[in-house]
Amino acid sequence: MKHVTEFRDPTLAKALLSEIARLADQIGATRDTPLHIMEVCGGHTHAIFRFGLDKLVHDGIAFIHGPGCPVCVLPMARVDECIEIAEREGVIFTTFGDAMRVPGARGSLMQAKARGADIRMVYSPLDALEIARRNPDRDVVFFGLGFETTTPSTAFAIQAAAREGLANFSVFCNHITVPEPIRALLNDPHMKLDGFIGPGHVSMVIGTHPYDFIAQEFGKPIVVAGFEPIDLLQSVAMVLRQIADGRAEVENQYARVVPEHGNPASLAAISDVYMRRPSFEWRGLGEIDASGLRIRPAYAAYDAEEKFGVGYAGATRNVPEPEGCACGAVMTGRIKPTACPQYGKGCTPEMPLGALMVSSEGACAAYWQYGGARGAAA
Amino acid sequence: MCLGIPGQITAITDESRLMAMADVSGVRREVSLAPVADRPLCELVGQWALIHVGFAMAIIDEDEAARTLEALRDLGEAQETLEAMAEGAKALEGTQ
Repeated sequence: MKHVTEFRDPTLAKALLSEIARLADQIGATRDTPLHIMEVCGGHTHAIFRFGLDKLVHDGIAFIHGPGCPVCVLPMARVDECIEIAEREGVIFTTFGDAMRVPGARGSLMQAKARGADIRMVYSPLDALEIARRNPDRDVVFFGLGFETTTPSTAFAIQAAAREGLANFSVFCNHITVPEPIRALLNDPHMKLDGFIGPGHVSMVIGTHPYDFIAQEFGKPIVVAGFEPIDLLQSVAMVLRQIADGRAEVENQYARVVPEHGNPASLAAISDVYMRRPSFEWRGLGEIDASGLRIRPAYAAYDAEEKFGVGYAGATRNVPEPEGCACGAVMTGRIKPTACPQYGKGCTPEMPLGALMVSSEGACAAYWQYGGARGAAA
Repeated sequence: MCLGIPGQITAITDESRLMAMADVSGVRREVSLAPVADRPLCELVGQWALIHVGFAMAIIDEDEAARTLEALRDLGEAQETLEAMAEGAKALEGTQ
C-alpha cells in the first residue's frame, strides 16, 4: 500500500478524498450502512489494494470486487476441456500464461504440461498463428480466454488464419462479456449495489453505451475509469456525486482512452467471427444468459470445439467446486476473502484451491498480497 | 490480464498484414495495427499505442503513455507483460 503523499499528485488526491468524504456524509453513508460500490474490472481490484484506496476513502464506502477477472470466473470444466484437447496426439496447445495455474478437476494446464502435453504459454494469439505456420504437421490450438479487450485479438487471428488458409490453427473459444454478469448481479435480490466503477480497457473496445441499461433500467450510476489511483478516486467521487444528486448516468472518466462508441475495427472483427451462446457458465456465479461467445459456423474450420468435439455443452458438464471453496460468495461480495474457511489455509497463491487466489486480479490474491497475515486477522 | 501496455510504434513491417514493430519499455515486439488501421499506417510510426496481447488497441499521447506505464509498473503488470512477451518468443521455438 502506498501513502497518499507518494501519489503523482498528492494535493489532488487529498482534495478528492475530502470530496468523497463530504459526499458520503451528505448521503448518510457510514461504516455500518455503507454505500456498496462495485469495481467490475480485476485490474481495478488490484489497483485499489495496491494503493490502499479501500483504507484511504471514507469508511462509508465499501468496495465490492466484481467478476472482471477472466481467469477467476473460468469454471473447472473449461480447464478440464483444455487438458482434454492438449493431450490429443499431434496438438500444440497455446494459452496466455495466466490460465496455466487455474485448477481444474484433473489439475491445471501446468500439471498437464509437466505430464508431457505440448502446452505453450504465448503472449499473443499472433504467436499461436506463427507456431501454426512453422508446424504445418501439428494442430495448433489457442485458448481464447478473456473479456472484450481480448476478444478482438482472437477474432483478428481467426480472420488471418482464414485468409491464409491456415488449416492447422483453431481457437478454443471461451470469451465472455462484461455487461451480462452486471445485469445478473443487479437482478440478484441478495445483492445490494449502489454504483459501479466501469472497466477501462474493455470499454476502450465496446464504448460506454453497453452500460446504458445499468442507469436506465436499474437506476444505478456507473463511471468508466482509468487505472491510476487518481482516476479511481475521481471515479468514486463521480459515482457519489450522482447518488447525492439523485442521478443515474453512464459517465466516462477515462475519455482520453475510451471513445463513446468504442473501437469500430475491433467491434467489426468480433461480430464477423463470433456469435452469442444462449448462456454460459461462470465460476461462482453459475449460468448467465448470453454472456459467452462462440465461433460462427462460417469459421467452423477454425473452431476447436468443432474440430475436436470438445466444448461447452451447458450445465450438464458442471464440475462441483472444491470442498469449502467460497469463491462464489466472495465474487458476489457476500463475504470478504478472509471469511472463506480455506483462505490462507487450503488456499494460497502458491497452492490455489479457488480461482480468486490464482491471478493478481483476483480478490483473494490481492487480499493476500497486500494484506497478508494482517488481512487474515482483519 | 485485460490491461494494455503503452508502446511506441517504430516501423511498419508488413503493410498488407497491418504489422508493425513496437518498442515496449525497451523490448522490441511485432504488433498488429488492425484495430487502429483506420488511417494511413505511415502516420502511426512514432505514435504511442496501448498494446494488448500483441494488438495496438488505441492511439494515446506521450504523456498518457508515461502515466499509464508508471501505474502499470506500480502494479507489477508492466513486468508481467514483458515476461509474457519473452515467454511468447520461447514458445515459437518450442523451448519453454
